[in-house]
Amino acid sequence: MSSTTGEAAAAPARARRVVYRHSLLVRLTHWINALCFAILLMSGLQIFNAHPALYWGMASTFDKPFLALTAEENDDGVVKGVTTIYGKSFATTGVLGTSRDDDGELAERGFPGWITIPSYQDLATGRRWHFFFAWILVLNGLVYLANLLVRRRLTREFVPSSRELRSIPHSILEHARLRFPKGDEALHYNVLQKLAYLSVIVAFPILILAGLTMSPGIDSAFPWLLSLFGGRQSARAIHFIAASYLFLFFLVHIVMVLVSGVFNNMRSMITGRYAIEEDAHGS
Amino acid sequence: MARDVGLSRRQILSRGLAAGAAVGLAACDRLSQASDSRSALEAAESLTKAVQRALIGPREALAPEYSEADISKVFKANGSTEPDDPDYQRFREEGFASWRLVVDGLVEKPQRLSLADLRALPSRTQITRHDCVEGWSCIGKWTGAPLKEVLDLAGLKPGARYIVFHCADTLEQTLDGTGQYYESIDLVDAFHPQTILAYDMSGAPLPVAHGAPLRLRVERQLGYKMAKYVMRVEAANDFSSLGRGRGGFWEDRGYEWYAGI
Repeated sequence: MSSTTGEAAAAPARARRVVYRHSLLVRLTHWINALCFAILLMSGLQIFNAHPALYWGMASTFDKPFLALTAEENDDGVVKGVTTIYGKSFATTGVLGTSRDDDGELAERGFPGWITIPSYQDLATGRRWHFFFAWILVLNGLVYLANLLVRRRLTREFVPSSRELRSIPHSILEHARLRFPKGDEALHYNVLQKLAYLSVIVAFPILILAGLTMSPGIDSAFPWLLSLFGGRQSARAIHFIAASYLFLFFLVHIVMVLVSGVFNNMRSMITGRYAIEEDAHGS
Repeated sequence: MARDVGLSRRQILSRGLAAGAAVGLAACDRLSQASDSRSALEAAESLTKAVQRALIGPREALAPEYSEADISKVFKANGSTEPDDPDYQRFREEGFASWRLVVDGLVEKPQRLSLADLRALPSRTQITRHDCVEGWSCIGKWTGAPLKEVLDLAGLKPGARYIVFHCADTLEQTLDGTGQYYESIDLVDAFHPQTILAYDMSGAPLPVAHGAPLRLRVERQLGYKMAKYVMRVEAANDFSSLGRGRGGFWEDRGYEWYAGI
């Protein structure tokens, strides 16, 4: 076996084989989830804009939020956007606190219109989008999770072994050099992929539970949720932070898709087929 | 042409993404306004209500109550805080002495109750969390007559399905009078033990900013359901003929009638 691999590597054209990597269910739930996440993120920022401040605890302590996006007007009538995190203020004019409205005027607004649904200030409609797609996200997530558990994919594909955990530094180095696994190794997620995907599988339920904890109806049915998250305002903060984490994951995910063979990656998530380059030992 | 060829793949990609995002956002704005897509989005409310009621309903679960130490030092007042409606001004000047709560609609015995009458009814005091649809929360202490007591006095007729609260404040100036605040709840919430008509806040008569002389507390829903400056309680079969027909001032402006989330 190893001798044939050696021959293939020596050939000018590298040997490729196409494997069936993602099942139809995984592909479908992935894209539904992507659509829902984009809409939930953007309508969520619309909802956040109605009161762009975060607090820890059960209730709001209006004089000391740990995060606030505000607009300040100085004596000359100049409007500035200010982001305050734990008492430290940053000038964020044009993006956070203030941004340009349709007429090009600087207006007071937490997050700018180009990242909210709808783009104009409208809490009621933002909530309609949010709750509609929250239901789809939850139902879609349950289908995905059921498949994961029934087919025992969670431990097999996503939970790293202790040997893999010890190889984290090596894997980080390989990623930094943009060297990605080839051959049989590319058939499985590497340890960083496993940890990243696992964190997403964990972050979504946290995000959803924290969101539900903001509901006064759910709180009367399950008051323990309030204890779990440390209060209603803490739940709102954790909902925001979990969403921010998932957005960060999304950015890294996109970069990795781009740098590790965008065509092959997209094809594998659309048709399921993924091409593997056989490992070239000689190089 | 030659210039276009010079665009790097990164430029093409980022411009494509930006254009795609702009188109997507414009589409979302249009879908937000078109009536068909709007009612599709609104379908989620029925599902939310059905599921929440199934989770809460049979157990008659109470909203969490808090201790004196948890009471917010600043309790934000939203919506009307200083109604300038002439009728309200008159009542306010005389300390609500001649104010009467009208209870009518689909009831056997319509009522006109003074504040003294309401205070003579069994009372309930609760320290609860007020969640505004905007996202903030405050904890306050409310004392009032359970709505159930008032409804039992009047006696609901069989057709009554909703309880409507007509308020003294005009929150938006409109030509057709639909800027008057009103709210409605169904009988599940109307007969819930924590649903009270509050006349006291923190042991003192309700301040004007918080709805003097009487406001509704519906603790398992958001703040906008808890009508302030309540003048009239009407039992009704439906609310389509009131305001703009969606059961409340904010509901008429796109917010959910079921505000449990």
